[in-house]
Amino acid sequence: MNSASPFAISQSDKRPIYLQIIGQVKRYIAVGDWVEGDPLPSIRQLAADLQVSVITVKRAYLELEREGVIVTHHGKGSQVAPKQDLAEELQEKELVQYLELAVRLALQLGIDEKELQRRLRETMERLEERERV
Amino acid sequence: MTELAIRMQGVCKAYPYFALQQVSLELPKGQVMGLIGPNGAGKSTSIRIMMGLVHQDSGDVEVLGNPMPAAQIATKWETGFASDDMRLYGAMTLEWHLDLMRRIYPTWDEPYAQQLLKRFGLLAEQRIKGISHGQRVKASLLLVLARRPKLLILDEPTTGLDPVARHEILREITSIVTDENRSVLFSSHNTLDIERICDQITFIDRGRIIDSLDKDTYMDRWRRLRLEIPSGASVPALPGVLGIRQTGRIAIVTVNAFQPELPGAYESSGARVQAVETMTLEEIFVANVEKSREEVEA
Repeated sequence: MNSASPFAISQSDKRPIYLQIIGQVKRYIAVGDWVEGDPLPSIRQLAADLQVSVITVKRAYLELEREGVIVTHHGKGSQVAPKQDLAEELQEKELVQYLELAVRLALQLGIDEKELQRRLRETMERLEERERV
Repeated sequence: MTELAIRMQGVCKAYPYFALQQVSLELPKGQVMGLIGPNGAGKSTSIRIMMGLVHQDSGDVEVLGNPMPAAQIATKWETGFASDDMRLYGAMTLEWHLDLMRRIYPTWDEPYAQQLLKRFGLLAEQRIKGISHGQRVKASLLLVLARRPKLLILDEPTTGLDPVARHEILREITSIVTDENRSVLFSSHNTLDIERICDQITFIDRGRIIDSLDKDTYMDRWRRLRLEIPSGASVPALPGVLGIRQTGRIAIVTVNAFQPELPGAYESSGARVQAVETMTLEEIFVANVEKSREEVEA
């Protein structure tokens, strides 16, 4: 693995590789490491760095473009899209995803709404407690 | 129109105990194709036909735009081929082999060859017969890689290699297609390698192509559904379903032409869909081959 590449693909992560790439690009933007106008690696370069197929990286970039996270200019490659509240918006989307996941797991485990709310409050209290220490 | 590095159309080749039947595939330039299939499926025969080492009985083969086997000399200058049964001279050193290639091929890239020697942990002054199987495989790959061919055809390049060596090879393969005019075709039993680095997948079994298309489309068509069904009922085979395994009230349905409507269709047939899972290439491989075996037995 090229150490210059900030990406790492996990083989034990069940998500397809293109989703892992999307997630990692978004994370770099969400934490503010990548800002508006920053260039992304070229598709073929990133594919070589990650040792994944070109088609996989292309799919990730197309998806990111469709979501308005990046913009691609022909011949100039891709850049982080100009959007100030992107970081917050991405975190917001992420929150929705995790909530959905939690609800789905709760349903599978037969946990009802009341119980789930109690567990959520408990978790929040526990984390706040930890913050204070 | 995308230019093609390899095109096979309706290729047939009959042997006494094996026949390649109507093999068609297309590899666009700048892409990596993985050829996958069980032992004896016809992978090596297909590769030999591409290289002009075996002549087809019928059908068209074009490699880098040249008709094969007619234009095999022109094609071989631009194509690098390595396979397990290609032997290096045991009594000679690796340097002797390097020198031979250096003198034959004008495109030989000496700095790259030296880089690969270090990266692969090979010593040029060693005699071939004194090195391990894995090192021999790496040596023969080095000899084709450093020619920087437009097309690289590799028959089982990672078989018998340790994980580190395998990754070195995969890294070289993926770095080749940073140049969109260069292409790679390789066969492998390692589904993980194929799933990860290939743009195109060609699945071959019993001398026939089962599927040949881009990897994402291919993988997207497969799903495994876990169903809970009313007691006494059996699971209907809806369109797109390859196989159903049912024990009591639990059924596992393998789908090879998935449509988003399918889980809903099962729900309305009275079943409860517990999970819709994507499948790895390894699971797809096994499902495909088991199905084709069943058909033969039936």
